Amino acid sequence: MTVVDWSRWQFALTAIYHWLFVPLTLGLSVIVAVMESLYLKTKSEKWLAATKFWMTLFGINFAIGVATGIILEFEFGTNWSNYSWFVGDIFGAPLAIEGLLAFFMEATFVAVMFFGWGKVSPGFHLAATWLTAIGASISALWILVANAWMQNPVGMEFDPAQMRNVMDNFWALFSGTAIFKFLHSVFSGWALAGVFVVGVSAWFFYKKRNTAFATRSIKVGAWIGLIGLLLTMYTGDGSAVEVTKTQPMKLAAMEGLYNGSKSQAICAVGIVNPDKRWDNDEKPYLLDISIPYGLSILAKHDPNAYVQGITDIVKGIDVNEKGDTINTVGYAERIKLGKLSHEALRRYDLARTSRDEAGMREAEKELREYYPYFGYGYFDSVDEAIPPVGVTFYSFRVMVGLGTYFLLYFLVALLAVYKGDWFARHRWMQWVAMLSVPFMWVCSEAGWVVAEVGRQPWTVQDLLPTKAAISEISSSSVITTFWMFAGIFTVLLVAEVSIMLRQISKKSYLNLETDNAH
Amino acid sequence: MFQPMRGIAASMSSAARSVWLFYYDGFRRMTVGKTLWLIILIKLFIFFVVMKLLFFPNLLQRDFDNDEQRAAHVRNELLRK
Repeated sequence: MTVVDWSRWQFALTAIYHWLFVPLTLGLSVIVAVMESLYLKTKSEKWLAATKFWMTLFGINFAIGVATGIILEFEFGTNWSNYSWFVGDIFGAPLAIEGLLAFFMEATFVAVMFFGWGKVSPGFHLAATWLTAIGASISALWILVANAWMQNPVGMEFDPAQMRNVMDNFWALFSGTAIFKFLHSVFSGWALAGVFVVGVSAWFFYKKRNTAFATRSIKVGAWIGLIGLLLTMYTGDGSAVEVTKTQPMKLAAMEGLYNGSKSQAICAVGIVNPDKRWDNDEKPYLLDISIPYGLSILAKHDPNAYVQGITDIVKGIDVNEKGDTINTVGYAERIKLGKLSHEALRRYDLARTSRDEAGMREAEKELREYYPYFGYGYFDSVDEAIPPVGVTFYSFRVMVGLGTYFLLYFLVALLAVYKGDWFARHRWMQWVAMLSVPFMWVCSEAGWVVAEVGRQPWTVQDLLPTKAAISEISSSSVITTFWMFAGIFTVLLVAEVSIMLRQISKKSYLNLETDNAH
Repeated sequence: MFQPMRGIAASMSSAARSVWLFYYDGFRRMTVGKTLWLIILIKLFIFFVVMKLLFFPNLLQRDFDNDEQRAAHVRNELLRK
């Protein structure tokens, strides 16, 4: 493996571990806030006990997860220094805002949440709990705005003198890509936390302890989870439309689609053919069960719309709204234009060195013309510009498949607590609820794999491929830190799970119907 | 003239004391929180002292004196690759 591969694996490892903690913080904070609101409304100690129980688990996850994301910023400065410089203030500004907001909101309101019982008024405490939940989501907003810019770079102009993209429109950063990505990620956190609450509550039924508390918790957890999941699906649909507009190659890879058509079906379940390439006649799938019109509806909300496949995009073939076949810029042409942009940058550099103002202006003008294809100049063949189809295709199906399963999970959980005593009577239901919990994390992580592997070979879409973004460093240093991180994060994960299990077990022996339990 | 200033200073000092006591008392009464704080401190030490200082220098900050040099380096890198 090259230094690029190791650095990518290291970034993936740290991002995946980081994302184990984040969605639970996003979702559980909302569940705790809802429970505390119910306590304030009903003045019932039962809700107070429930609030404090789940707040403890929230605190454990928050403490173990905090600062795990900072590692990603370390990696930007060392492994990805070309990228860090190239993206300039566009990436830096949202991350700086995130850092300040996260610090002040979380340091203030989390402290009131945990230390403020009996010291501040109940209303103020509730406000702090809600502000912690809102603050966590606002932190996520800035990270996701920065990530969305990498998928859909807007609101900037490239300055060859500074050799970086300079932000010229802050509000443009809140593109459709950013908004849908933010909402999709936050609501998926609600769904994840809902599954967690239902799963842990099922354990109380399994142990036949505090079942009234467990029933109450399932009601809140499953409702928040269900609402979160439905909103995740809705915003996921919005994301798909955005991807179709801004990253059609990613959409084609997600679907393993090579030759698109009007009224394009979607492959619901399938096995992609590993021998299929954009330029051969192999079948795209070894097996597929398709839904007619599905992809046209998903991508363009029109059952008759045309959707491009990988081969179409590479060759520059599209169909406009009138139904006419049109030529777009194919990948071979993009590579040519990208190389011209590099040539212009080279001439700009030479002119700058010899203080030739006219030469600089001329080269800069040409650079701007070809800049949308700048990243393609790093490729020698169009194959390099196609993302890994298999990983993207299967991850998307894992995410959607598990998402659909969890829709059923929440509906059954709600039926079980509203229509009867199903959780207490059915052992299998307790087991299913508990064993499903890790699969929600698989679902959530699969979503990130679709987003990030589907974006390959780019760090910044169309402008900077991963192979150019990397620093001039040795593989051995990255390998060393890769295994160090693998070890540290695994220890943190084991600590989180073991502390949580110990707390759940310890508190399950107490009477969770009153506040005396805490 | 000075009387209101003294009053403001006194109330600020009282507010600071309240905030201090709020956090002090909160930390003192922690149970599982003490373990978590220990984990946080160990983690921050490993991240910021061990990893950041020894393994993750900001290369452009470390190797160049000003932004012009950094830009020139990145330009060379991006044109060389």
